[in-house]
Amino acid sequence: MTPSRSAAGAPAQDVAASGPAQPNPRRPLGRVAVRAFEVVVGLAPRGPQLGALALVLALLPFTFANNYFYEVAILVALNAIVCVGLNLLIGYAGQISLGHAGFYALGGYGSAIAAARWGWPVWASMPAAVLAVGALAWLVGRPTLRLKGHTLAMATLGLGVIVSIVLTNEDRITGGPDGMAVPPLVLAGRTLQGEPVWYGIAAAALWLAVWLAGNLIDSPVGRALRALHGSEVAAETLGVDSARWKLIVFVISALFAATAGALTAHYAGFITPSKASFLHSVELVIMVVFGGMASVWGAVLGALVLTVLPQALTVLKDYEMMVFGAVLVITMVFFPRGIVPTLARLASKG
Amino acid sequence: MGGSWLQYVAGGLTAGAIYALVALGFSIVYHASHAINFAQGEFVMIGGMSAVSLVALGLPLWIAVPLAVAGAVIVGLLVQRLALERAQSGGQADVVTLIIITIGVALFLRGLAQLVWDKRIHALPAFSGSEPITIGGATVLPQSLWVLGGAAVAVLALGWFFNRTLYGKAMRATAINPLAARLMGISTRGVMRTSFALAAALGALGGVLTAPITFTSTDIGVMLGLKGFAAAMLGGLGSFGGAVAGGLLLGLIEGLGAGFVSSAYKDAIAFVVILAVLFFLPGGLVGARRSERV
Repeated sequence: MTPSRSAAGAPAQDVAASGPAQPNPRRPLGRVAVRAFEVVVGLAPRGPQLGALALVLALLPFTFANNYFYEVAILVALNAIVCVGLNLLIGYAGQISLGHAGFYALGGYGSAIAAARWGWPVWASMPAAVLAVGALAWLVGRPTLRLKGHTLAMATLGLGVIVSIVLTNEDRITGGPDGMAVPPLVLAGRTLQGEPVWYGIAAAALWLAVWLAGNLIDSPVGRALRALHGSEVAAETLGVDSARWKLIVFVISALFAATAGALTAHYAGFITPSKASFLHSVELVIMVVFGGMASVWGAVLGALVLTVLPQALTVLKDYEMMVFGAVLVITMVFFPRGIVPTLARLASKG
Repeated sequence: MGGSWLQYVAGGLTAGAIYALVALGFSIVYHASHAINFAQGEFVMIGGMSAVSLVALGLPLWIAVPLAVAGAVIVGLLVQRLALERAQSGGQADVVTLIIITIGVALFLRGLAQLVWDKRIHALPAFSGSEPITIGGATVLPQSLWVLGGAAVAVLALGWFFNRTLYGKAMRATAINPLAARLMGISTRGVMRTSFALAAALGALGGVLTAPITFTSTDIGVMLGLKGFAAAMLGGLGSFGGAVAGGLLLGLIEGLGAGFVSSAYKDAIAFVVILAVLFFLPGGLVGARRSERV
């Protein structure tokens, strides 16, 4: 265990140790800037950050020139919800899931099937689908998370592949490879549609997700998880039930993914099995690691960059995949902990 | 009935031999770095596609095949040298970061391959005729025997390398304890490079051997990578014998599942079996039951 690893597992202590230990009285302005940066990137109390996020989310629509901006913003916000959840799993519990697209798609399909095939109202079908996905995650996670190593990666990969195959082949229920139409979200007799309304829903859901994740990280659960990430053996000797906490975080991350999946399905009015594909799972993991593990803001940034980048790269046509791969490799080589934590470290070193 | 059994077993073992080669690649890289190299499937693609191009240039197979494998090895070394080594030299690259880098490499290589070659499906001529041979009621393509034979030779050669040569032993020592290995004068960086080169060679060999049967295109890497990873996990990640057993078993499950249950669900059946195995034998079939160092 190298010192840098344990420091990154617990970013808060790292800054606390390096901040006061090397005071730099000659550059008070620099220290103020560092402090401001810490507040923004998630190493300090979360109240101001949540306020800032709410403000940004509320003001953002004024910069939108047309509906396309709304569409991209909704997509970013919904992806960011998945990433905030997945980041709890990767960054804090130290486990990789290669099947989160499966949970995401099941949330969407579950709600769509309950609403379209069985006639449930959407306000009931959505929570029911999300809870069912949570139960599935619990069933898969319980036996696997007691094990070390990459077992969860394999189990979730297998689950994702199975979900994707079932969704493609059970065409009487799921519409097969062509997908199925999803009824719109109806609340209190009003059909919610139109990009501005959905932007509001997505932004509110994202804010809620960030708030919940922040609370979890600051709670004893979060502390237990950070201890686990530092040294699992040491944490267990102090009475941390590692399997239990990992399972809780895994289920929470699946719930986040299912919620985002259900919202996306009802927003788009359509869902296809490609949402459950392995590549989509990988995309979600990439968003988290790119933005920064163990940083809620990193997850949001990762979702933003990696949702917008492919849209921007479509102008490159044939070079799209190559450039995307190259950007990913170069970023990870130079920012091995992801963009936000690496920048935060640089800033805190002054 | 008996004939169809044999037929499915033969088909399953042929596919399984390829999975075994890919799984060995996963295991070798995991052994050396504890990272999962998701670009492994792309080496299979590069091997197959380069062989197709070289044959199209008029080269005979016995020259084209080693050249294709050598090409994949060079690509593998470049990946290790330019991307992974740099990330590791900073000292703060997590295993997860390394895994993401290999995914980026996989995307880059696939994108590059689509530019160099095209998106069509190509076939390599069979190594020795395409007249099917009948063995005990099952008809087998001669190429299937090439696949099984080639995989067997590769596995035996690897076994000899890791158990009998000094450098192979040095690689195993590095896997057990990198620091101690370095104190003994082993270049761990060299070991990492060799691991990558070996993994690339095995993948490319698999790609070349199977190209006459299953054909090849620039996007075969994803699924083969997944299957190889699954096979490596099934056998026990990091265990070479396990990788071979896992690969063959995965191929068999798929072949029999497709034959007797449903070809649409053959992948799902395979993954259900893998999940069941992992729940009961968490270390994989041949996984070492070792205690963890604190």
